[in-house]
Amino acid sequence: MRRMDLRLLLPTLSLLLLLGAVFWMQPRAMSYTGLNLLFNLSVPIALATIAQMLVIMVDDIDLSIGTFVGFCACVTATFLHDTPLLGVLILGAAVAAYAALGALIELRGLPAIVVTLGMSFVWSGLAVLMLPAPGGSSPAWITALMKARPPLVPMAIIACVVLAVVGHLLVTRSSLGTLLRAVGGNARSVSRVGWSVVRLKATAYGLAGVFGVLSGMALVGLTTSADANIALRYTLLSIAGVILGGGEFTGGRVSPVGAVIGALTLTLAGSFLTFIRLSPDWQIGAQGVILIVVLAARLLVRRRAVR
Amino acid sequence: MESAAPVVSLQAVGRAFGAVRALSDVTLSIAPGEVLGLVGHNGAGKSTLVNIVTGVLPPSEGQAIYAGGTPREAGVRVVAQELALAPNLTVAENLRIPQRDLRGLMWRGKARTRIRSALDEVFPDHGIGADTVVGDLPLAKRQMVEIAMAFAEGGPAPRLVILDEPTSSLDASRADQLLRHVHRFRECGGAVIFISHILHEVFAVATRVVVMRDGRVVDDRPAGGYTRTSLVEAMGHVAREGARERRIAASGVEVVSTPEGLRAGQGEIVGLAGLAGHGQAEALARLYLERTSDWRGRSPVPAAFVAGDRARDGVMPIWSIARNLSLAGLAMLRRAGFVDRAREARLVADWRERIGIRTDDTGRPILSLSGGNQQKVLFARALATGAPLIVMDDPMRGVDVGTKGDVYEMIRSEAAAGRTILWYSTEAEEMTLCDRVYVFRNGRIAAELRGEKITEERMLAASFDMGEAAA
Repeated sequence: MRRMDLRLLLPTLSLLLLLGAVFWMQPRAMSYTGLNLLFNLSVPIALATIAQMLVIMVDDIDLSIGTFVGFCACVTATFLHDTPLLGVLILGAAVAAYAALGALIELRGLPAIVVTLGMSFVWSGLAVLMLPAPGGSSPAWITALMKARPPLVPMAIIACVVLAVVGHLLVTRSSLGTLLRAVGGNARSVSRVGWSVVRLKATAYGLAGVFGVLSGMALVGLTTSADANIALRYTLLSIAGVILGGGEFTGGRVSPVGAVIGALTLTLAGSFLTFIRLSPDWQIGAQGVILIVVLAARLLVRRRAVR
Repeated sequence: MESAAPVVSLQAVGRAFGAVRALSDVTLSIAPGEVLGLVGHNGAGKSTLVNIVTGVLPPSEGQAIYAGGTPREAGVRVVAQELALAPNLTVAENLRIPQRDLRGLMWRGKARTRIRSALDEVFPDHGIGADTVVGDLPLAKRQMVEIAMAFAEGGPAPRLVILDEPTSSLDASRADQLLRHVHRFRECGGAVIFISHILHEVFAVATRVVVMRDGRVVDDRPAGGYTRTSLVEAMGHVAREGARERRIAASGVEVVSTPEGLRAGQGEIVGLAGLAGHGQAEALARLYLERTSDWRGRSPVPAAFVAGDRARDGVMPIWSIARNLSLAGLAMLRRAGFVDRAREARLVADWRERIGIRTDDTGRPILSLSGGNQQKVLFARALATGAPLIVMDDPMRGVDVGTKGDVYEMIRSEAAAGRTILWYSTEAEEMTLCDRVYVFRNGRIAAELRGEKITEERMLAASFDMGEAAA
């Protein structure tokens, strides 16, 4: 427990530091609308990050989450809007496909990195088939939910807090989540006492699929239309978010609260760079530098802790 | 001993892995209230037996019958040699892995209570918090947690606990606490299979001792029926004497001398013996890396390495036989920074002849060769470097008898030519070919044997902790 708290300290500090810098440069951001604008886009990113975290938790990595979110966004903007029942069926099938991939990867001993890289082309192809050009429209209820203006605290913040709490209960507290983390920690001993690792991995991937679907829906709710390439950046953002949030690539060491904080930090880093009027050409590079600085800081803290 | 129905009974159980028989015709039953001491040398089949009792491996012949249906329902628990905890979870969370009834809203509380009371019972004043992440615990405490988990209430209650080298990282007082708990557990009708190379522990807890050798149960008696010496004799082969001719003694120039006491002279064959995993491979790796971790490649290299685990640290699987062979000696074949292909070809042809690699074309992939011939390539790779020191890490693993004979011959002639050979092997028989043998136990040298004193019996005696009897 205490160790995990320490793990969360650095992501929280970097988030607060960035937030402070943004407020200092643009005091008007320190308002209901300002916060909402700052964090609006972090909701789908945070959902995708949780999805990525569920896969990293079982010692794999998902390179298809970005195009999968794009695919789900396209389904949401077309089928879910026009024929809701069919839309729900398609999204359900997508989740089932994710679970099946998890089972396949474990069953045949395939490298997840290769399978998901291949799948990323499948999802993006399907998305292009549905929406060759940007378009579609958001189902009214999703837009209403995403653009709701609850009193006092903006929707984006509420959504992120809810997501962190749900993730924490699901992954860190629940009995199932513990078993799934055990797969990442020591799959051999999990299977030795008679659990089916195939089934557990399918569960983890299936849950990742659910969060991917939610991410696509949230994204359409914000943008009100979709495009096949809408979420390409999410793959790398989600991996960066998990790691920023104190997770590790191997060994089932992940933190859902950290992952949400990581996603918020990455979103904020984008806004911060806009505020200092950095040319968009340099923004991705600068975002990379921020990432390297935070990760390097983490490494230094970890080294000191070991000593 | 009570005559209750056995917790598990094995009937003529056998197990083969491919062509290798790991276990043959084992008939064994364990009744409640029994502590079965299981002893035997490496590769005697103990681990396979454990895996069959726990149901991890199905037997190829015969059957295993449990008192409660499946091994899990019968309450069979195991503390394996390699740690089976998930290091990313807390102590209490780890209990969730074996115990399926830990679910629902209050599962954490239940898990905490169970593991705490088990730890308190087995290891009083253990100082381990139920919410500590296992990865943060030192090795000894992890082992304590694992042992406590095996004895913890919950799920089907434990009725047969298998302890495989349970005290390997515990200090004496903790080991004592464990032995006392095994007594208590037995008195309450529990059964235990206790595997240890520390014989006085076996004598302290076992009611019955089973000796295994070459996949068979060779002796099965009440613990009182053995003395330490008779037990060691039952485990080992009968020593063969006089089979080896003495070589001319080494020149006396000391080539190797490590702080831990490993010494070797020029032209000497020095064996590192003892049970597997007692620090021999580490000692070799330390020595080898110390001598070869130079920024610039030197020619000839100061030491060459022959790997036993071919797939892990030997063979380059997609390279040809020739490239695999010349790899370690590339510094010798260099001309202006490039590899001199003509010289490489000559070197390869020469060694193929000398060591007898059975192939008509060394340009073929290395994996086209049989295991024994791949190993020959690795020997040639090391010998071709011209290094004065050859380090061999259990190089005869999975090598057929014919090849072994060829290689023994090679080793002798290389040593006669003035090379020093450090040789780790888990097979005591091979060690009798050495001029000097160090027997390792718990990462340290437990005994040094020379010349005629190198017998399998003496090595075996030194590998097992006999309460420091003088060799």
